[in-house]
Amino acid sequence: MDSAQAYGYMLYFVSLMTMGGIYAIMCLGLNIQWGFTGLFNAGIAGFFAIGAYVSAILTTAESTSHLGGYELPIALGLVGAMAVTAVIAWLVGLLCIRLRSDYLAIATIGIGEIFRLILKNEIWATNGARGIAKIPLPFETLSEPWNKIGFMLLVLTVVALLYFVIERARLAPWGRLMTGIRENEHSARAAGKNVERFRIEAFVCGSVLMGLAGGLTAHYIKFIGPGATEPLTTTFLVWVMLIAGGSGNNRGALLGAFLLWMIWSFTEVLTGRLPAELAVKAAYFRIFLIGLLLQVVLQRYAGGILPERRPTTAQQSVEASSQ
Amino acid sequence: MDFINFYLIPGIVLGSIYALGAIGVSLVFGILRFANFAHGELMLIGAYVTYSLIQFTGLHPLVVLPIAMLFTSLVALGIDHSFYKPFRASKSTIVIVASFGIALMARSAVQIIWGVDQFSYSPGRIQMPMVFFDTLRISPKHIWIVSFTLVLMAITHVILSYTRAGKAMRAMSDSAELARLTGINTENVVKTTWVLGASLATAAGVFLGWDSHLHSMMGFYMLLPMFAAAILGGIGQPYGAMVGGLIVGLAEELSAYPWIGENPLLSPAYKAGVAFALMIIMLIWRPSGLFRGRVF
Repeated sequence: MDSAQAYGYMLYFVSLMTMGGIYAIMCLGLNIQWGFTGLFNAGIAGFFAIGAYVSAILTTAESTSHLGGYELPIALGLVGAMAVTAVIAWLVGLLCIRLRSDYLAIATIGIGEIFRLILKNEIWATNGARGIAKIPLPFETLSEPWNKIGFMLLVLTVVALLYFVIERARLAPWGRLMTGIRENEHSARAAGKNVERFRIEAFVCGSVLMGLAGGLTAHYIKFIGPGATEPLTTTFLVWVMLIAGGSGNNRGALLGAFLLWMIWSFTEVLTGRLPAELAVKAAYFRIFLIGLLLQVVLQRYAGGILPERRPTTAQQSVEASSQ
Repeated sequence: MDFINFYLIPGIVLGSIYALGAIGVSLVFGILRFANFAHGELMLIGAYVTYSLIQFTGLHPLVVLPIAMLFTSLVALGIDHSFYKPFRASKSTIVIVASFGIALMARSAVQIIWGVDQFSYSPGRIQMPMVFFDTLRISPKHIWIVSFTLVLMAITHVILSYTRAGKAMRAMSDSAELARLTGINTENVVKTTWVLGASLATAAGVFLGWDSHLHSMMGFYMLLPMFAAAILGGIGQPYGAMVGGLIVGLAEELSAYPWIGENPLLSPAYKAGVAFALMIIMLIWRPSGLFRGRVF
């Protein structure tokens, strides 16, 4: 292996960890919604897109083809992305959270679709199908491998920070209450908890992370358009990551995200080597197999690789240690 | 007259298609108690199988429709047996995840077998619309679609009202527990539900493909209007789903009519948003739907 090849592998590894980290952020978000609280979100790609476009519009230089010209620092762009996603998720939650998750699932699909329509049709703001280009990348002043490595470290730091915060929240009364709502909504209500408010909180927290992931992706790829991500595939991939890794378990969410992203990326490399006609079909075969994997996990290994471990009460841990 | 030719009639045609799909969504939701995200994909499979049957036989879509219905019903039964049945006893939210996966698997299977190009049932042939009273123009295929929808709805009505299986379905939709206690074989009811739902979905898919063209995303785009129609009519209420489908179809087409001034009231690009808005309004105002369906 010569040095150019080694350099190529190194760059591939960096991109693998960067995108894996971005998916891990979404996976942690979905874990708050589905894993902790039992809220079904089928519009992950919608929140992702909101975050991506908001951050892109806030940070790009003035352009005649789309809204913008604010040239804010990237950090503010990401904060903006999270704020806008939060407001939208809050509105969705306000409208649909009272009903069972089936309805929320349908409503989130609708939200995702409407956002796709807006991004495609409001050309004055989003440049329509051509998308927004020249989005600034952090550490752009650094030379070739170092800017990418810098961005990877940034993403991984964000993932690590989020993991500690969310894991702390899971063990705190807040997280235990969320699980309580998931397991038995009526008893949570009987205990005097405002179930709607906490559900909306969980929904907003999760969606904000999806918006953040969108913003990070926009800066990473430096371009965002309606075709940059296939909405259903993105949403579905995050779902499979969480279910396979272990729904309700934050470490499971991280493991699932990196593992699935590696499988997804490796198979893409493999199918890319096929003749053109087969390669197109193989791309769909990949989605089919990921779907099948989800079914197998759901039926045979319902807990995922790292199943959920509920925090023990002080009483239980005393009993456990005395045995 | 433009109003009738370009807005009202397309609205009724689209409404008929939504209604056929929504009956299945509503019945499955009412009887199996989960939102089946793969229902649009049953339409997709039905429409593509019909396309292949037309290619093989050279017959008219309506002639090969029953064979496609049979095939799609078998697919639906197979999916239910392998992927939904294991979760019958567990918390129903898990089944939604499974159905979400099935939707993607079914769609990618169609994309593998038929590719992603658009197809048409009768390429190159454009039928001239029939003209009534000098200005009223109706395309023959629209007459066929609406009359066949009425026939299928009448058949559905007879099945639900006068046959044992249909009565059992309605009983189970009202209360699965009571239905079981009165000695109804609930697994058989589930099978009947899938056959009925898949057959109507096939018809809806074929009509949609006949009205415009076939593409691999058509099932997914139908999902939102079908659920809107089912919720509008009331979950578990097949007659409500018929009315709901018609309302959603009409609302989507009529929203583009220039009611005020010269421009369309709502840009046609946002048609899909109308179904969503109707659904949200209904969920806030009256979640049980117009026909007093179930609320979960």
